[in-house]
Amino acid sequence: MPNFFYQFNFYLFGLIAIASALLFVTRKSPVAAALWLVNVMFALAALYVMLDAHFVGVVQIIVYAGAIMVVFLFVVMLLNLGDPKEISDVSGKWGRLAAGLVGLALIAQIMTLARSSAPPSLVQPPDRVADDLKALNALGTIAKPLFGEYLLAFEVTSLLLLVAIVGAVVLGRRRAAS
Amino acid sequence: MIAESLALSAVLFTIGTIGVLTRRNAIVIFMCVELMLNAVNLSFVALSRQYGVTGQVFVVFVMTVAAAEAAVGLAIIISIFRHRQTVNLQNINLLKG
Amino acid sequence: MLLQTAAVASTGHSLQGSVAEWIWLVPVLPLIGFLINGWLSLRAVGHVGPADPSGEEHGHGHTDDAHHDAHDDGHQATRHPSASIVSVVGPTVLILAFLLAVAIFAALAAAQPDAPFVKQLFTWMVAGDFRVDAAFQVDQLSMVMVLVITGVGALIHVFSVGYMRDDPGYPRYFAYLNLFVFFMLVLVLGASYPVLFVGWEGVGLCSYLLIGFWFTDKVNADAGKKAFVVNRIGDFGFLIAMFLLFANLGTLDFSGVNAAAPALGAGSALVTVICLLLFLGCAGKSAQIPLYVWLPDAMAGPTPVSALIHAATMVTAGVYLVARSAALFSMAPAASLTVALVGGLTALFAATIGLKQWDIKKVLAYSTVSQLGYMFVGVGVGAYAAGIFHLVTHAFFKALLFLGSGSVIYAMHQAYHHTGSHEDAQDMRNMGGLKQFMPVTFVLMWIATLAIAGIPPFAGFFSKDEILGAVFARTHGSTLADAQWFGIPGSAVLYAVWVFGLAAALLTAIYMTRMMLYTFHGPNRSGEREREHLHEAPWIMTGPLVALGVLSAVGGWLNLPAFFPAGPIQALHHWLEPVSGDAALQVTHGAEAHMTATTEYTLVGIAVAIAVAGIAIAFARLKPAALVPKAEAPEAEGFERVLEHKYYVDEIYDRIVVRPIESGSRGILWRGLDAGIIDGLFVNGSAYLARGFGWLGARLQTGRTGTYAWVLVIGVIAVLSAFSLR
Repeated sequence: MPNFFYQFNFYLFGLIAIASALLFVTRKSPVAAALWLVNVMFALAALYVMLDAHFVGVVQIIVYAGAIMVVFLFVVMLLNLGDPKEISDVSGKWGRLAAGLVGLALIAQIMTLARSSAPPSLVQPPDRVADDLKALNALGTIAKPLFGEYLLAFEVTSLLLLVAIVGAVVLGRRRAAS
Repeated sequence: MIAESLALSAVLFTIGTIGVLTRRNAIVIFMCVELMLNAVNLSFVALSRQYGVTGQVFVVFVMTVAAAEAAVGLAIIISIFRHRQTVNLQNINLLKG
Repeated sequence: MLLQTAAVASTGHSLQGSVAEWIWLVPVLPLIGFLINGWLSLRAVGHVGPADPSGEEHGHGHTDDAHHDAHDDGHQATRHPSASIVSVVGPTVLILAFLLAVAIFAALAAAQPDAPFVKQLFTWMVAGDFRVDAAFQVDQLSMVMVLVITGVGALIHVFSVGYMRDDPGYPRYFAYLNLFVFFMLVLVLGASYPVLFVGWEGVGLCSYLLIGFWFTDKVNADAGKKAFVVNRIGDFGFLIAMFLLFANLGTLDFSGVNAAAPALGAGSALVTVICLLLFLGCAGKSAQIPLYVWLPDAMAGPTPVSALIHAATMVTAGVYLVARSAALFSMAPAASLTVALVGGLTALFAATIGLKQWDIKKVLAYSTVSQLGYMFVGVGVGAYAAGIFHLVTHAFFKALLFLGSGSVIYAMHQAYHHTGSHEDAQDMRNMGGLKQFMPVTFVLMWIATLAIAGIPPFAGFFSKDEILGAVFARTHGSTLADAQWFGIPGSAVLYAVWVFGLAAALLTAIYMTRMMLYTFHGPNRSGEREREHLHEAPWIMTGPLVALGVLSAVGGWLNLPAFFPAGPIQALHHWLEPVSGDAALQVTHGAEAHMTATTEYTLVGIAVAIAVAGIAIAFARLKPAALVPKAEAPEAEGFERVLEHKYYVDEIYDRIVVRPIESGSRGILWRGLDAGIIDGLFVNGSAYLARGFGWLGARLQTGRTGTYAWVLVIGVIAVLSAFSLR
């Protein structure tokens, strides 16, 4: 059973994530928004670790917070979109109200669906991953399926990344003429 | 803690969705999409506790796709900005045939 | 009939390997002619259309075809450039077909098979149990028809070479004529109802094309349409009859139907309905009451066409069909009585109209309708051989009459053309005294007139007498006499038909003599200047006339009655026995229709007396000298006026059929259904619906990703609710 400290930390990071997310969507400046998003990702990384996904937590910080978000910030600065007037482009009152209603509907749906029971065939002994962690350590836990069962998918993913890189280069290249 | 994680995931996903619907800056919308992906990742990780480590493997894949998407998407945004001098999606209707 | 199928099933037919194997070539030869002539016609694009009437006034828009043809002398330019090739190809294919038919006929006569020889060409269509072969059937009946069609057809083709010589549509004319012969041969040679139907429809098409040959005149085009539409009514009956036959017997081959026919049950309602529906088709094609109205109008076509299609061959297809379906009709006495009664009524009715027509071709047209009535009387009372006999002799003398009238019209038209007059070249009131100008035509026309009037020893006497004798013989001791027809005893109906036939014979003699008197006798009324230009037609036109004249005179020898032993007795009757003998016997309870010699002589005496009386009456009452040209003629009065207007049947049909259909079509079908519901609701409605959706879609399709995101999220919520609200 999780002890109190664990639970406290779990709720704490959860609240941090929600608060940061709300701040993220309400910031007018893209730079501020990006930084608040980074905060969400840190909080999530902490939750991953608490949920016995140590490797994923680390990757979350390195890849998401470290790499992807930095790229976002680079682009914001590259395009010089720092002026909030130019980008104070949230939709109007009615648009926000409608979006809020849609959001409520959406969360209601997801909550309803999340309560439905999972198929019993998928259910494994409790704390299975925790046992794996003890036996195989953080890397081994995820490396075993990744390089075993999902090897092909993993390699295809690398191909996907290559294509994405080439595509980004081609798209981002300045046209020679015009 | 799975129930709490899923609830948190739902909340974050919805916040991301509302962001996509209300914001008009292409880059911010993009970041909202990233938030939605993260919310889904949280579900994967939470469920992987009970249903095996496969969930975490999927999180790795989602991150890869997110990285690829960020690279290509931001390149597109730069390309659009060069032509239109704006990233405000209200002013961009390239999809209209 | 059982014997027939047995013989068909066994492999060796006595005609196998003989010249009859080449039967397919008989229709193919005219088809080749059609292709060549049609190609020639299309090649010279500038000459495809009909003759330009070149400003000639058509007065009342009458069907005076002769206005168009025979532009000689100064009008040589209108002659078609390929005319010389066409003149060779057109008639030659027919002559070759005729020679081949004669050879096959000889082979058939030598073998005398009891079963038809069926030449399979290819499988036409297969659908489940339904299978139709494109197959030709050589038997006694079909070969008689083939000989008539190719023989008379060849003569008429030769005549046309002269008659149509200067028509700009010359190759087109011969193409249609060849095509017609092809379809007619398919009709009579087809070994099953569907193949027959192909020919049936094909000749209808060619008839339509040829009636409207000079289609720049609306009257002609309308006449073609009328023929086509009226025939469709009949075809509807024919088609339903075929469906019923297939549904109940599972086959449409003649031999198959004949073999299976007893399964329908003699005298049953089903077989009666089938026969009546078949007869509806026959009434359309062969111009019987109530569908005869198209035939007189069909005279709008060139005169040789009237001779070939609307007198000698196509219109007899109905008679052929009844004779071909003898096995069915012999089982349905009520239907057979209907056929006979309609035939008798038509014969009388048309003959009365013929009495007061002034257009020479109209007289002959009503005469044709009347004679077709006789044929139906013959096949209706089960005397199938007699009906076919009259068909053959009628082909001879009616073709002769039409070609003779064509020759007269040709002469009249040329005369008018020389003087530039616009008088009606077909109106008998403008003729008169032509015997001195056209002696050959005069003599031949009189032969044909005597033949059709029934004066011995000309052909018509024997065939007509045989039909009337057959009707009389069957008033007692036949299935027809025993049957009831709407509560009337069959024998009473047969007596009535016999009386109608006799009355029609009297009228026939009168109106034919009237036509001859007004055309050839008395003073000439064509006008002083025209008179100098009247002369006999060229030999290429009189030649076929002479041949037909000989046939009209001696055609009766085909089927001499017992009391006239001048040759083989009842040759055609015996010849046709393998085809319709059983059916004919069934009608007469298995015994040959028999009459005592006294009765027979009395009947013959009556018939001859009536014919002679008719001619005598005509000579006594009609005074050609008192006749005035058309332009000065007063309006007829009283009953004569009714007759001149053909009992106003066309007007009555117009009122009770055409106009209600027209107004119904206009008001309900067009305005209400088509314009309102189909166009308004379905066509335009769906367009408006699509436009509405399109408008909605266009609103959605802003090109802004924000809108699409909204749509996407709403869609996601909708999909999720499908799960969560389940």
